[in-house]
Amino acid sequence: MAVLEEHFERTIEKDRRVEPRDWMPEGYRATMVRQIAQHAHSEIIGMQPEGEWITRAPSLRRKAILLAKVQDEAGHGLYLYSAAETLGVDRAELTLKLIEGRQKYSSIFNYPTLSYADVGVIGWLVDGAAICNQVPLCRSSYGPYARAMIRICKEESFHQRQGYELLLTMMAGTEAQRSLVRDAVDRWWWPSLMMFGPPDDASPNTARSMAWKIKRHTNDELRQRFVDMTVPQAEALGVTLPDPCLRWNAERGHHDFGEIDWSELKRVISGDGPCNAQRVGVRRAAHEDGAWVREAAAAHAAKAAARATGSPDAAGRAATAGGSAAGAGDGAGAAARAGATA
Amino acid sequence: MSEWPLYEVFVRSKRGLNHVHVGSLHAADDETALRHARDLYTRRNEGVSIWVVRSEHITATSPDEKDPFFAPSGDKVYRHPTFYAIPDDVPHM
Repeated sequence: MAVLEEHFERTIEKDRRVEPRDWMPEGYRATMVRQIAQHAHSEIIGMQPEGEWITRAPSLRRKAILLAKVQDEAGHGLYLYSAAETLGVDRAELTLKLIEGRQKYSSIFNYPTLSYADVGVIGWLVDGAAICNQVPLCRSSYGPYARAMIRICKEESFHQRQGYELLLTMMAGTEAQRSLVRDAVDRWWWPSLMMFGPPDDASPNTARSMAWKIKRHTNDELRQRFVDMTVPQAEALGVTLPDPCLRWNAERGHHDFGEIDWSELKRVISGDGPCNAQRVGVRRAAHEDGAWVREAAAAHAAKAAARATGSPDAAGRAATAGGSAAGAGDGAGAAARAGATA
Repeated sequence: MSEWPLYEVFVRSKRGLNHVHVGSLHAADDETALRHARDLYTRRNEGVSIWVVRSEHITATSPDEKDPFFAPSGDKVYRHPTFYAIPDDVPHM
């Protein structure tokens, strides 16, 4: 055990990646599973606020863009579930935990999308904040997570740019359109800042996650970076961010900004946001309504396998073979599970 | 609930390059695994060819025996070109 632990510590110290079948402390594995699952759930739940606008997008062009974006969110969720499975968990189990409220997702998706301008503001601010958070995670110490983040970050850039371009278009439109944009910015600004999590002095897990190089920067560092990035973008867009305390501090070389209402973040995380029940309800319904599809495809596969082998009872065996492979992944095969629990 | 088996996905990003492991997915059978892989891992022309294989069919080295398993190549420095001293004035070598 001591040798394995030393090997793990040395891997982290030398900035090498931890890979699925390596020995790792249980705390590291549990932290990674929690973080990756929470991230995956956020992508999947994150399809909903914008998905609601697909049928109401104002043109075919905007509809195609929004559809592609929401598909990307689904894809990001699946990359991340794939990474989580390399740690020996099963993604069906993670989905159950989400719809039973036993695992969380980003608080930002519990806010409603009241107008089409919200689609633009989500792309600009919410995806902008996500990019700030995620770019350093491309160097996270757990290999499969870091690789998933690289794919995701490449695609997020499209998300942010389409949002900003949408807002530029609206700001160049009528006064009514401009006021929709201002209203959306007012509603999404503070929740976007909350996406970075509690302040450093109230984030007990940060130190350990930084030591393990799961996280590379603290919540407050990333939040500051996001504010500094966003201020000039707001100016170019011609909108005012809803914070009277927001101003450049030449001494610090950063923008100062107002106090965040942490009680709101706590409230939304603990389930009392505007849309929590709706988001989980929609996800649960999609899972339950899709059960027949999963069963039909499995039955079809079992029949086809039986026909191929010509054995009448092969169908039954093929139908039950499915569950056994879960939890390995990353090129490791079923043997990985032995490694994962060793 | 019937669980779909896990597949590993390998993508050749362009002609002339090897297939590279990109991740995994669940699918009912080989055919749908390929389609899911296309939808999930090549939404932006990332591939010209895809392989999928059931994860349980992959045999891998064990991390516990990593060092002994690869030991046979550890002490054979003479397999590398730098092992051989050649005078500087010999051209094209």
